[in-house]
Amino acid sequence: MNINLSIDVATTDNQTTLTIKGEIDAYTAPLLKEKLLPATAKEAEKIVVDLKDVTYMDSTGLGVFISALKSTKEHGSTLTLVNLQERVHRLFKITSLDSIISIDTTTRGGE
Amino acid sequence: MKKERLDLDDYRKFLKQYLLTHDETALYQAEQLSKLSVQHNVSPEEIIHVHIKALKELYPDLQQEVSDSLNFLLEAMISYGLALQEYQSLREKQSALESEISVAANMQKTLLQTKKPTITGLDIGAVSVPANQMNGDYYHFIEGSDGTLGIALADVIGKGVPAALAMSMIKYSMDSFPEQLRQPAQILESLNRVVEQNVDTSMFITMFYGSYNTKNHTFSFSSAGHEPGFFYFQETASFSEIKARGLVLGATSDARYNEEAMTIHDGDAIILLTDGVTECHLGDRFIERDEVLEVIKDYLHLPAQEAVEKVYKHFERLQDFHLRDDFTLIILKKET
Repeated sequence: MNINLSIDVATTDNQTTLTIKGEIDAYTAPLLKEKLLPATAKEAEKIVVDLKDVTYMDSTGLGVFISALKSTKEHGSTLTLVNLQERVHRLFKITSLDSIISIDTTTRGGE
Repeated sequence: MKKERLDLDDYRKFLKQYLLTHDETALYQAEQLSKLSVQHNVSPEEIIHVHIKALKELYPDLQQEVSDSLNFLLEAMISYGLALQEYQSLREKQSALESEISVAANMQKTLLQTKKPTITGLDIGAVSVPANQMNGDYYHFIEGSDGTLGIALADVIGKGVPAALAMSMIKYSMDSFPEQLRQPAQILESLNRVVEQNVDTSMFITMFYGSYNTKNHTFSFSSAGHEPGFFYFQETASFSEIKARGLVLGATSDARYNEEAMTIHDGDAIILLTDGVTECHLGDRFIERDEVLEVIKDYLHLPAQEAVEKVYKHFERLQDFHLRDDFTLIILKKET
């Protein structure tokens, strides 16, 4: 399996924006976890994850976002997902994770 | 580890043959000896040692420098001999681990075994095929004394041994619920607490639980973020998605689940599946849920067990017999 994921991290005052490109699956999820979790551990940090260029995600990817959400609750940070493609959004809807993870499909990440 | 000595006579014979004739077959014999040596844990320095001896027997007046240089080479090979020993011992350890995992996989199979019940008026078919050695999908039938049939279908996210252990946890918890507490929503709420407290934060479980009342033929159900299944209505020859929304198990400690119900008529069917069925890949393309339904529709007239097996075979063939994810499909038909 080729690793087909790139993550760009931009940090400003109290905000971390992760722009993700590619596929999130069992092989690439550890990379996402490695970049996302440290950001959620900062108190009052606002984390925005832009999934505009994520073409595929499987349940391992969902697992990473559940971990991240638990970590935001523990550390008082927030997590918002933006620009989800239809197939990716469907996963959050089926699993009802969209009821506990903030998902914004109308705005662009970082704006 | 047992070391065997290289047969000096053979070695000398082949060496002599080669030095005198430059015959290719002698070289081939050397290659064979090399293979045998590896098989019998003969170290590289041992071969050089035999080489020196053979050479000295063939040429008693061997130049001192040549003989010394070969002794030098022998010393230089010692680490390779040690590396070979280490490799052999790792290989033994690996095969021991493999057999332990296969014992564990068999144990899991026995522990999680579920008997497909025989119920008059219901035709039940179930197939569950793991993509790897350990299955992350799990289904279980529970027959109640009041004539209800409980059907649990779960998909543990996370792979391999940890996922398998989480599944056993689900099965034990479910077995421990008293019969009067086996209402779909109640079961999912209890299991959610068990999972939330006991598994790694990035692991979660999707689960569907349905309860079929064999007296009035109503099917009540709840879902914890599980891939939606389908109802098939014979009257209109149409499918409809089983609508039940609920959060996956293990995401928060206080998840609540809705319970829905549907009356099942003669010839209707309930189709339950895991996302291994809908996440089938065809090269770069995914199989859409509509395509899955088309295939199910083609086989639905068959006895339920035959139908689920035919559907599985169909997708297995499409994916060149290589499943990406565990595949589970259950069909319940109310007989006419």
